[in-house]
Amino acid sequence: MTEEKKEAKVVFERPHALLPVVTNYCPGCAHGIVQRLVAETLDELDVEGRTVGIAPVGCSVMAYDFYGCDMIEAAHGRAPAVATAVKRVHPGNVVFAYQGDGDLASIGMAETVHAATRGENITIIFINNAIYGMTGGQMAPTSLPNQVTQTSPYGRDVATAGYPVRVCELLSSLDGVAYLERVTVDTPKNVRKAKRAIKKAFQTQVEGRGYSLVEVVSTCPTNWGMTPQDAFGWMRENMLPYYPLGVYKDVVADGFANAAEAAAARSAACPIAHPEAMTEGGAR
Amino acid sequence: MSRELQIVLAGFGGQGVLFAGKVMAYAGLIENRELSWLPSYGPEMRGGTANCSVTLSDEPIGSPLVTTPDVLVAMNQPSFDKFIDVVREGGVVIADTDMVPELKEREGVKVVGVPATSLAEEAGLKGLGNIVLLGKLWAETQFCERATVDAAIEKCVPPRKAALIDKNKQAISLGIEA
Amino acid sequence: MKGNEALAESAMRAGCRFFFGYPITPQTELAAYMSKRMPKVGGTYLQAESEVAAINMVYGAAAAGARVMTSSSSPGVSLKGEGVSYMAGADLPGVIINIQRGGPGLGGIQPSQSDYWQATRALGHGDFHIPVYAPSTVQEMADLAYGAFDVADKYRTPVMILGDGMLGQMMEPVVLPEPVDPATLPEKPWATTGHAHQRPHNVINSLYLTADELEKLNVERYERYAVIEREEQRAETYLTEDADVVVVAFGAASRVARSAVNAARERGVKAGLLRPVTLWPFPVVALEATIPTAKVYLSVEMNMGQMVDDVRLAVNGRAPVDFYGRTGGVIPTPDEVLERICALSEKVGE
Repeated sequence: MTEEKKEAKVVFERPHALLPVVTNYCPGCAHGIVQRLVAETLDELDVEGRTVGIAPVGCSVMAYDFYGCDMIEAAHGRAPAVATAVKRVHPGNVVFAYQGDGDLASIGMAETVHAATRGENITIIFINNAIYGMTGGQMAPTSLPNQVTQTSPYGRDVATAGYPVRVCELLSSLDGVAYLERVTVDTPKNVRKAKRAIKKAFQTQVEGRGYSLVEVVSTCPTNWGMTPQDAFGWMRENMLPYYPLGVYKDVVADGFANAAEAAAARSAACPIAHPEAMTEGGAR
Repeated sequence: MSRELQIVLAGFGGQGVLFAGKVMAYAGLIENRELSWLPSYGPEMRGGTANCSVTLSDEPIGSPLVTTPDVLVAMNQPSFDKFIDVVREGGVVIADTDMVPELKEREGVKVVGVPATSLAEEAGLKGLGNIVLLGKLWAETQFCERATVDAAIEKCVPPRKAALIDKNKQAISLGIEA
Repeated sequence: MKGNEALAESAMRAGCRFFFGYPITPQTELAAYMSKRMPKVGGTYLQAESEVAAINMVYGAAAAGARVMTSSSSPGVSLKGEGVSYMAGADLPGVIINIQRGGPGLGGIQPSQSDYWQATRALGHGDFHIPVYAPSTVQEMADLAYGAFDVADKYRTPVMILGDGMLGQMMEPVVLPEPVDPATLPEKPWATTGHAHQRPHNVINSLYLTADELEKLNVERYERYAVIEREEQRAETYLTEDADVVVVAFGAASRVARSAVNAARERGVKAGLLRPVTLWPFPVVALEATIPTAKVYLSVEMNMGQMVDDVRLAVNGRAPVDFYGRTGGVIPTPDEVLERICALSEKVGE
């Protein structure tokens, strides 16, 4: 055999910001994909060394062991409050929270809405799979009408259980928000789109433009009782019509430098919000 | 008995009983004495009754809540009625007779009526009836050096209302002479 | 200076630059003072959306290595229980102020000591303690708040200052402690500040799914608690050297009790006062010193009888332990306490 010198070419590797550990996610779970996209982003923006991540309570509760950056485990739903404080203490840090639907839109809704309206310069990665995964498949704030779960065994009855929360739509009305996008990760194309959204959200933070959130419509093969492929099919069929993909807010695309400028334009007619424009004697 | 003076100042919210008490407390502070000032608080502040306990002493003060005052300053009838019976034997009650129409005498207690609200108003010191009463309180008890009262007023009037310092001092003199 | 303001100013002088709170009577002056002063020193005052959010912001700021504080009053402190438990579990330092009011439920807004049990026994779920300080003067509000940050950092634990509406609202002269520059405080190598690729990643966490591992950590934490119990007990004794009747009282109630003890002495009754400054750890050493002369103990509290449990545990049957308290925001008068002291003195004198 002739010795041919062939340089090994690396075509795929673990992002540096993802530690070489075994995760606790079920086979076919999309958490692994999204987590990787976040880690790739930290690598590409070269911010791992100044990033602090906040893990939630839910299936990704152990995320503090998976990411290479400094990590904090928060109480259920409180990740935005924890992230707020970390960012206030170290404004130069990149701070993100990784949360599921129960954590973000149920028990932590107050923290979510208020961190957003304060315009905290943080990034939230939100996994919406319409179910409580870790506790074994109970109804989530984003479970669809008539969706069967352990605690909606006859299907979610909107007459008694109310309607699902559309998080991006809800947050899009808040002035502190700079960037909101809903994506999914069912196909390579959509994974690439999701990656672009996540990277843009982190860039929004790095550039100091305001609060950013990416909602990833996802699946739970285990608790939905489906194969991963069928789960994505069910998701496309039922979730995407309820939770349409797309950009829900992008102050930069709207022609503003940041959320504050967009907010100022929106409140232009309110004198007290614009003391600089007040005539002399008009200030109170 | 150690030189300890326990005072309750009471009236409607907005009459300035807490402020008058604060001037006394600062007088104690200026003279390096032990003192405490404890206000009533909460919904009472919203136009209801307000009162504060002030203690001036040469010894560390136990309970700052005055339950048996040596001196009662009453700026309305409900406060007068509420506290008159707990004033210590040998104590003094100073009441604004404009606001306390029904003065009640009590044996062993000196009740002094001063039409503080109208006195202040006539002297162009509207709203300083509380300080007129404080002047009278000083005249009755000499709770500190005379000059200290003025110094305490200078401490208590916030800078943005500095124009009121002289008026407050005038009100003190008015009360002393009343 | 008002007690609430003294506490706030003193915390800032201890190097606290982060305050997260939510309005509630009777602690509001403290938050108002912080909102006024923090921006002047480059600090952060943030009015959170709830007490729950506030304590979790404390958790975050502590994780990021800052000296941080929150304050509330009884109903709000119940909401903070969650975060305090997480702080204890993650070994995070921070200072929590409770300016107590009457309870249960919404209760009232008048001064009370109804949260003694909560503070010393069960501020949150789980197996933990936190040091609890009980000031009785405005000066002590300032001094204890200042020292609380050192204790919190030293033992990596949340620390509580348990005041009440009377101490918070009253004005007394106060000498404020020397300001500390936060930049000069010792580094916290465990904090999540970004590793800058200079060290392995730091993790702040209270989740341990392996029972053995969690047990080991809890046992280690209790070893630290044992050191706190040994080193940090604090109490003041007043006229206890020859006391037959030892009154035990903390905070505002101790002010009343002190007046009553003075009055009792004037009547020839050998009364003394033991005033716990730390409620946890309870000052058993100081109490032990009163055992030789004490014929009876009287716990005086502004509740239905909570600290009296700790007095009984410490006395351990060696003398009778009596209780006198007023509840719902009523402050006992010195005369009421005096009457009880005299009655006890007669009883044990027989």
